[in-house]
Amino acid sequence: MKLVVRDVEKRFASRQGDVAALARVDLDLAEREFVSLVGPSGCGKSTLLHIIGGLERATAGKVLLDGEEVRSPGAEIGIVFQRQTLFPWLTIGKNVRFSLGLARHRLDAASAEEGQRRDTWVENLLRAIGLWEFRDYHPNQLSGGMQQRAAIARALVARPDLLLMDEPFGALDAQTREEMQELLLHLNRLHRTTTLFVTHDIDEALLLSDRVLVFSRRPGRIQREIAVPFAADARSAELKLDPAFIKLKRLVLAELHHAPSAERESFLLGSSSPER
Amino acid sequence: MTASHEPNASVPRHSAAALTNGFAPLEPKRPRRQFAAMPARFFPVRAAVSRRLRFVSGSAAALALAIAYAALTEKKEATDALLPSLGAIASSAVALVTGADFWTDIEISFFRVTAGFLAAAALAVPLGILAGSFRLFSSMLEPLSEFLRYIPVPALIPLVMIIAGIDESAKVALVFLGTFFQLLLMTADEVRRVPPELVDVSQSLGATRLEVVWRVLTPAALPGIAQALRICNGWAWSYVVVAELVAATEGLGFRVLRFYRFVQTANIYVYLIAFGLIGLGLDWLFKILHRRAFRWQAADA
Repeated sequence: MKLVVRDVEKRFASRQGDVAALARVDLDLAEREFVSLVGPSGCGKSTLLHIIGGLERATAGKVLLDGEEVRSPGAEIGIVFQRQTLFPWLTIGKNVRFSLGLARHRLDAASAEEGQRRDTWVENLLRAIGLWEFRDYHPNQLSGGMQQRAAIARALVARPDLLLMDEPFGALDAQTREEMQELLLHLNRLHRTTTLFVTHDIDEALLLSDRVLVFSRRPGRIQREIAVPFAADARSAELKLDPAFIKLKRLVLAELHHAPSAERESFLLGSSSPER
Repeated sequence: MTASHEPNASVPRHSAAALTNGFAPLEPKRPRRQFAAMPARFFPVRAAVSRRLRFVSGSAAALALAIAYAALTEKKEATDALLPSLGAIASSAVALVTGADFWTDIEISFFRVTAGFLAAAALAVPLGILAGSFRLFSSMLEPLSEFLRYIPVPALIPLVMIIAGIDESAKVALVFLGTFFQLLLMTADEVRRVPPELVDVSQSLGATRLEVVWRVLTPAALPGIAQALRICNGWAWSYVVVAELVAATEGLGFRVLRFYRFVQTANIYVYLIAFGLIGLGLDWLFKILHRRAFRWQAADA
């Protein structure tokens, strides 16, 4: 297993006493697997992501990446947030290349060949996300969707062993969101990184993931695991209309709402004939 | 009447009143012209007015002040010692500006301010970045600075004179003491204001702790630090004048006190105006440089 999360618990001290945010979460990610966490807001899925990324400490339990315990954020784990996190003083090109300028990746003068290989790779990545022409712009000159694309590229350039994405498209409008999903699928076909993806958009989770984990209300725990069997080349916006896809979506919704009535379900799905 | 076409007679007549809880329904008032004296063209709330309008209104306010002053000087109680006329001030200005003392005073005061200020900045900014980045440095530097910055600079003059004498170094030291602690605290605050996500992200990209400080926190805080420098430079001018009032043989502050001794009131005005202009000029310079250096910050690119 690439990532192993065992018995992770998180409690916060508050004036009313201890508040449990996460209750004994177990989670395994295989190499190159793409897994989504969905759940009601405030259920602790972001907290879990922060714990896995080493940004927050768990009250109990442990997180192992390639068998080694994660204690602090580092280059092994890339993170993409919902909030805009590009470095505003750097151009898009320099933002994307940020990790390459750090001591751990810096090259000595002898390895000019490797330097060139990197340049080509970054160029290809920038072209793939449609930002090559904008490489000399500053983040504040670009739209939210473009900024988020650059943030994803920046995380990928560092070649993390694990990519954590915390509602990365949550702040984008519906259309941009779909474009970003397509882009992520595209990047996944080019170069697959083990990814844990937090979202509250069920379509998005099903479209992108190999598995969807449904979180319960606070204290959060994994309530149900749903495998998403679609082939990589079948995954596109079209797939959202596929009956098999809708059936899975119904399953996730039912899980999220525990015991949903037929009306509620059909209302939520916008379909006239609810069936199971 | 509602009851006349009410199909169900059992509904009580007063039901409408009951629904509104006894209050009369709100009737829209005829819109009235608001603030007739402040037409919206000239007074839009928080919105821009034309450049020319701003220039005209700014000059008008200054002119009004000048006229009010001129009216005061017309009174018979007004002597040149008490309230010199605008003409007297203008001729003093000409005399001073064409003389040598005025420019030496500016030069020497400028040197004192700049030397003290640069020394303070060169030390306070790096220390402030450390304090803003590492809690341990913060607890070593900040409570102390908080304490020391509340000691009024004029109260330090006797001590500084005992230690540094009355020559240049005393004035420079006073400017240094006046700005150093403020600048350190303001810099640390700016560093702490950098969004934590930027730190998280840079660490997840492989940045070491030093790289986080040097390549993320410092550039992110730099525009705010530049603002702090601009504000502290303004204060530095106050401190130099305080220092020059006490023990100096030249400099703007010294000269103002000297004019007082000889009751050359018009000259005092000229020097006060000079202070204002120097301040405006430096502020303007800082702003221009700021805009140049931090173009990435502007939202309307």
